[in-house]
Amino acid sequence: MKKKVLTVDDSRTIRNMLLVTLNNAGFETIQAEDGVEGLEVLEDCNPDVIVTDINMPRLDGFGFIEGVRRNERYRAVPILVLTTESDAEKKNRARQAGATGWIVKPFDPVKLIDAIERVTA
Amino acid sequence: MDMNEIKEIFFQECEEQLAELESGLLKLNDGDRDPETVNAVFRAVHSIKGGAGAFGLDDLVSFAHVFETTLDCVRSNKLEPNQDVLKVMLKSADVLADLVTASRDGGGVDEGRSRGLVKELEALARGEMPSGGASAEPAKPAAPKPAAAKAAPAPAAAPTDDSGFQPIPFTFDGFGGEEETLMEPTTFEVQFKPRRELYAKGNEAALLLRDLSRVGEMSINCDVSTLPAFDKLDPEEAYFSWTISVKTDKNEQDVRSVFEFAEWDCDLDVKVAQVATEELPMVPVPFDLSALDDDAGDDDQDNADDHAAADAVHAAETASNVTKLAAAAARVEKKESQSAAAAAAAANAANAANSAGQTIRVDLDRVDRLINLVGELVINQAMLSQSVIENDTTGTSAINMGLEELQQLTREIQDSVMAIRAQPVKPVFQRMSRIVREVADMVGKSIRLVTEGENTEVDKTVIDKLAEPLTHMIRNAVDHGIESPEKREASGKNPEGTVKLTAKHRSGRIVIELADDGAGINRERVRQKAIDNDLIAADSNLTDEEIDNLIFMPGFSTADKISDISGRGVGMDVVKRSIQALGGRISISSRPGHGSTFTMSLPLTLAVLDGMVVTVAGQTLVVPLTAIVETLQPEAAAIHSFGANQRLISIRNSFCPLVDVGRILNFRGTQANPVEGVALLVESEGGGQRALMVDAIQGQRQVVIKSLEANYTHVPGIAAATILGDGRVALILDVDAVVAASRGQSLRQDSGMKSDMSLAATG
Repeated sequence: MKKKVLTVDDSRTIRNMLLVTLNNAGFETIQAEDGVEGLEVLEDCNPDVIVTDINMPRLDGFGFIEGVRRNERYRAVPILVLTTESDAEKKNRARQAGATGWIVKPFDPVKLIDAIERVTA
Repeated sequence: MDMNEIKEIFFQECEEQLAELESGLLKLNDGDRDPETVNAVFRAVHSIKGGAGAFGLDDLVSFAHVFETTLDCVRSNKLEPNQDVLKVMLKSADVLADLVTASRDGGGVDEGRSRGLVKELEALARGEMPSGGASAEPAKPAAPKPAAAKAAPAPAAAPTDDSGFQPIPFTFDGFGGEEETLMEPTTFEVQFKPRRELYAKGNEAALLLRDLSRVGEMSINCDVSTLPAFDKLDPEEAYFSWTISVKTDKNEQDVRSVFEFAEWDCDLDVKVAQVATEELPMVPVPFDLSALDDDAGDDDQDNADDHAAADAVHAAETASNVTKLAAAAARVEKKESQSAAAAAAAANAANAANSAGQTIRVDLDRVDRLINLVGELVINQAMLSQSVIENDTTGTSAINMGLEELQQLTREIQDSVMAIRAQPVKPVFQRMSRIVREVADMVGKSIRLVTEGENTEVDKTVIDKLAEPLTHMIRNAVDHGIESPEKREASGKNPEGTVKLTAKHRSGRIVIELADDGAGINRERVRQKAIDNDLIAADSNLTDEEIDNLIFMPGFSTADKISDISGRGVGMDVVKRSIQALGGRISISSRPGHGSTFTMSLPLTLAVLDGMVVTVAGQTLVVPLTAIVETLQPEAAAIHSFGANQRLISIRNSFCPLVDVGRILNFRGTQANPVEGVALLVESEGGGQRALMVDAIQGQRQVVIKSLEANYTHVPGIAAATILGDGRVALILDVDAVVAASRGQSLRQDSGMKSDMSLAATG
């Protein structure tokens, strides 16, 4: 069975890159544009892994991760943070919110797929 | 989808983000201190940087990075976004836009300017306030030093913060592994004790061990001594710890990087093992990963398991199984729900699509095609109605009712399709604020642009074609309209000038007003100029309004010396022509000392119009309904002669010039008898009313506009053509041109204006 990835990013460019990269690598991809939509979509999509941006309107990545971790069904789903902000403070906040790992943007497909492989069986 | 398409999307997105950025900055400029506004501004720059990084657009990345750093200071309240700060930011937004354009279309940017701004932004980020003088100083044009071209925005090499942000070009090839540096194999001893949090964050010991097994040859020993009795077992607690020995040609860093995501949530110790592997008490275990695969793994079979010690394997399996258990009940739930999820998969996809947003992006060509088709449908429906009426003498009501419904539906389809093309004028208005900034900077004036009604919607074609004339008028207003700050102060005005741009809907048209609070039209000079340029006779006697309108005449420019900004040989006549080409009108009103207002009125769509079908000298013409105030049957008593061949009609105690359409269009040589025809009272651009004489009214109809220019050639007095229900072509009257033609004749006779400023000007 194909692994399912939920990506949450407000940038159309990045969404498309994620989509192409993940599809090429044989993942099923579901996309949301911000944290609020991410949580909505999450309810039905049952992802194997979540990739999320930090800086987003309505609900940012931190809030989204906390939301996922509060959800009984999804609190153990691996979450990778995808962000240009690689400084330690942001990484730490993401970790405190419950992120599993991170990918530093601008990503290359190898790093992305590698990180996903690392946190999924 | 390939990289080029994504890049195209990126540039589209940049446009949106730039608009977002600018409107956010302008809001901040107006005193808005909503954190969400600051966030939106920050996000816009951040997004551009993110995408640009993925495409390796280094210049764009490095400028966006500096900009972002400064915006971050505003976001974290370290920098107060006062007017001076925002001035720098608005200019930076302009440079960012230039960089985007340069990245997309090639070509360069003003490097002197961008370097200067980088310095200013960095100074702001360091908490230095811009000195008034420095920021007011106009950007020096880039010195043509060949060396400077390469240096580009300086901070590219040295990012200003410690994030070490480095753009990595994004590519889809090369999913292959990296070449590893060959080293003498070393054996590392890894102590790994996960904590509860490790599992809570979605990490899993078994996966980490699997990754470790890929680093090199591995043997593991699991310490299960802390595992309590089953009834005391907390499924979420972490009980196990591992001692792993890895023989690898990689270094310690590579081993540690396996635990990169987990190092906060576990006790980890990596050290080079003391040689003698044989004396280890633990048994080397080929790490069997099949347990990790939900559907009986078939992928990884790295290690030969023939020499496996049975008990060790057992231990490993237990470890991995308990790990799975510990990885939270959620996993079990997940499995249970898997079949349900599969069943609902289709619905999920639909849901995801639904919530993906209330807008879709459609290729403009498709919409245009749809509009054309609907246009044909309207014509076809009209033809059908007509032939039914002609052939059906009995007037079967069922057919008639059906036809009426069809007409209603056609109409609704048409309105809906038009609505798809309708766009707010906001993007055009936003572009204008940059032009005001730049031109004001160039001429050393301080000018504020106020916009109103930015969300007024109008057909996209109209918007696209609006930008150019509007730009020109804005430049004019800033360059000529508004006085210098000293002059303004001397005449008791606010040294800061205001240009106001307003859009609104009025009776089926969009009206755009551009008002400045400058000195107004200098009528004496305009008149003199017109005389000098041989446009009017020296002794002509013109009203103020007529003088003001002289600036729309070809070959007229009031600037004494041609300036760099507005005097590129393009005059207001060109503006007027492009507005007229859109089926619009433009007029000016001016009060000396108080400023001028240009008013443009444009049709909401260029595709259809409601018209009155009339007959003139045997020809069928369509008069746009929006122009018509009322229709009336003239009585002989109401017709008065005036001058040689002018006639007036008295309507409710006021006189209104009578315009014989047939004569203006040269359909006939003699004046028709007004009593035999119908008068259409129309409102003309100048404000006055005219009565257009036609022979008869056929009816009202919605007609599809077919461009005459595109299919034939421009005809003075005619705006466009259409196809009627009977399949014949009818011309759509350009009411203003006809009215102006009638006035033009009188002007020529009365005041000696040489050029025919009406019909000729519409060409």
